[in-house]
Amino acid sequence: MADSTGGDGHDPGRRDFLYVAAGGLGAVGVAGFVWPLIDQMNPSQDVLALSSIEVDLSGIEVGQSITVSWRGKPVFIRHRTEAEITEAKAVPLDVLPDPEGDEARAQKPQWLVMVGVCTHLGCVPLGQQGEYNGWFCPCHGSHYDTSGRIRKGPAPTNLAVPAYIFLDDNNIKIG
Amino acid sequence: MSGHSNFQSNNAVVKWIEYRLPIFSFVNEALVVYPTPKNLNYWWNMGSLAGVMLVVQIITGVVLGMHYTPHADLAFDSTEHIMRDVNYGWLLRYMHANGGSMFFAVVYIHIFRGMYYGSYKAPRELLWWLGIIIFILMMATAFMGYVLPWGQMSFWGATVITSLFSAVPIVGEAIVAWLWGGFGVDQPTLNRFFSLHYLLPFVIFAVVFLHLWALHVHKSNNPLGIDIKGPQDTIPFHPYYTVKDLYGMGIFGIIFAWLLFFAPNLLGEADNYIPADPLVTPTHIVPEWYFLPFYAILRAVPDKLFGVIAMFASLFILFVLPWLDTSKVRSARFRPVYRMLFWAFFIDCLVLGYIGGQPAEGIFIVIGRLATALYFLFFLSLPFIGWFERPGKLPESIATSVLEGGGGGTPDGAAAKAEDRG
Repeated sequence: MADSTGGDGHDPGRRDFLYVAAGGLGAVGVAGFVWPLIDQMNPSQDVLALSSIEVDLSGIEVGQSITVSWRGKPVFIRHRTEAEITEAKAVPLDVLPDPEGDEARAQKPQWLVMVGVCTHLGCVPLGQQGEYNGWFCPCHGSHYDTSGRIRKGPAPTNLAVPAYIFLDDNNIKIG
Repeated sequence: MSGHSNFQSNNAVVKWIEYRLPIFSFVNEALVVYPTPKNLNYWWNMGSLAGVMLVVQIITGVVLGMHYTPHADLAFDSTEHIMRDVNYGWLLRYMHANGGSMFFAVVYIHIFRGMYYGSYKAPRELLWWLGIIIFILMMATAFMGYVLPWGQMSFWGATVITSLFSAVPIVGEAIVAWLWGGFGVDQPTLNRFFSLHYLLPFVIFAVVFLHLWALHVHKSNNPLGIDIKGPQDTIPFHPYYTVKDLYGMGIFGIIFAWLLFFAPNLLGEADNYIPADPLVTPTHIVPEWYFLPFYAILRAVPDKLFGVIAMFASLFILFVLPWLDTSKVRSARFRPVYRMLFWAFFIDCLVLGYIGGQPAEGIFIVIGRLATALYFLFFLSLPFIGWFERPGKLPESIATSVLEGGGGGTPDGAAAKAEDRG
């Protein structure tokens, strides 16, 4: 801005202070108004209230899968067969693009719980398909194994495992 | 700060843009060096406040539109969802609802300011017209916005106001059915009101632009109502009026914040927290406070068609005000008769507002009719007052008036003297 050549006799230091003080207070006020405008787009309380679900596993036989909706997305819950578990555990970590042991992905080996969203661009993979007998994403050809780990194709990481706990032997709480 | 020189900059980027799109010089001429009468008082703050309120309403409205559902089954619940679940939803909705009231408050003061100081007179008739168009668009927008929460008052307010058009002879019923999109206020009505409520503020924005364009041709009127005669009568808009407007905005913000945080439902109706029920009408229907004077005029006439005509006439008569007023003197400061009439008119509007909020019975009907008659009498008497009124002596110029007032003194001092002489 122009220097004060108006010759009005005011102390420039005092004037600068007033500018900065008024501007600073104005900035705080604007920030206080802008924050609610931004925060209103974050998940609302009713959305957050529905962010965890409980699932009864007792009806799922060995070799069966169910898909439940959690936070608007599919969650695959698979009661894995012995063969699938063995296959998943047998894979050496160094062949995996995203190395992760099967034990780290399944709290109980027979139950595989993961978010059914391809880590490439968000499509829902198909179950028990693809070259690794796990999941296959039809959108861009990503192959996942029986532990839901990426093995081949453009997806960068394994299918995500949501936070979940076993409430008892037959009930889990996701989220 | 040397005044009215052309815009110049040494910044290469600014120069590059300016050469292709002279936006910097445009802003410079409109908001920086713009010559403004040096004697404007605080009543001239209302224009910028109204502009700010329009922006606040658009911003909060767009945000509310992200959470609101314009469906008869969901509208009420989605409004409560905004109040309870959406982050800061309560703040944004209260800001929007009370912002409407604050917007109308400053616009009413703006209009009364224009009437007192004769801002509607030549050469500002179109400026005045554009202002009335903005006002009418505001009323339509506010009415449709009030319907959206789909409470009892929303529903029955919509029913009553749309039914006004049924007073039109022959095609009335067809017009109302067309407005409703059905046999009553229902889902189609709500849906179209939402669409139009979203659209109209942007139309208002465009008309505000024209309003400012017209304003900047002949510049602001001023409390003396005399023309700008030269640079000695003006000061640059920035910093003098930017600072004055910002100061006024601070005071305004305190009032707005008080309403928003301490009495957010003061101007609302409790009945609107009851979901809309087409089978039960609330016992006492009242519109929002800013419609009350017009509502009073509607009810003052005991005939359906003429009541509606009177109500619209009370609004549209503002369009002919520049020609009804035959006086050559603008400011009421120099018009003793008009000044008295103006205040009588102002009080009459308050009375109408009060009556509009009361039940239509007993003494309220009588007062309402008298006040309605006075409302129109004010306008119809203006041509005659211009003939016989002997206005006070006008100051030579804004500059001399300011100086006569004694350096830092107010122009009111000079004006008072002038009035004594008249």
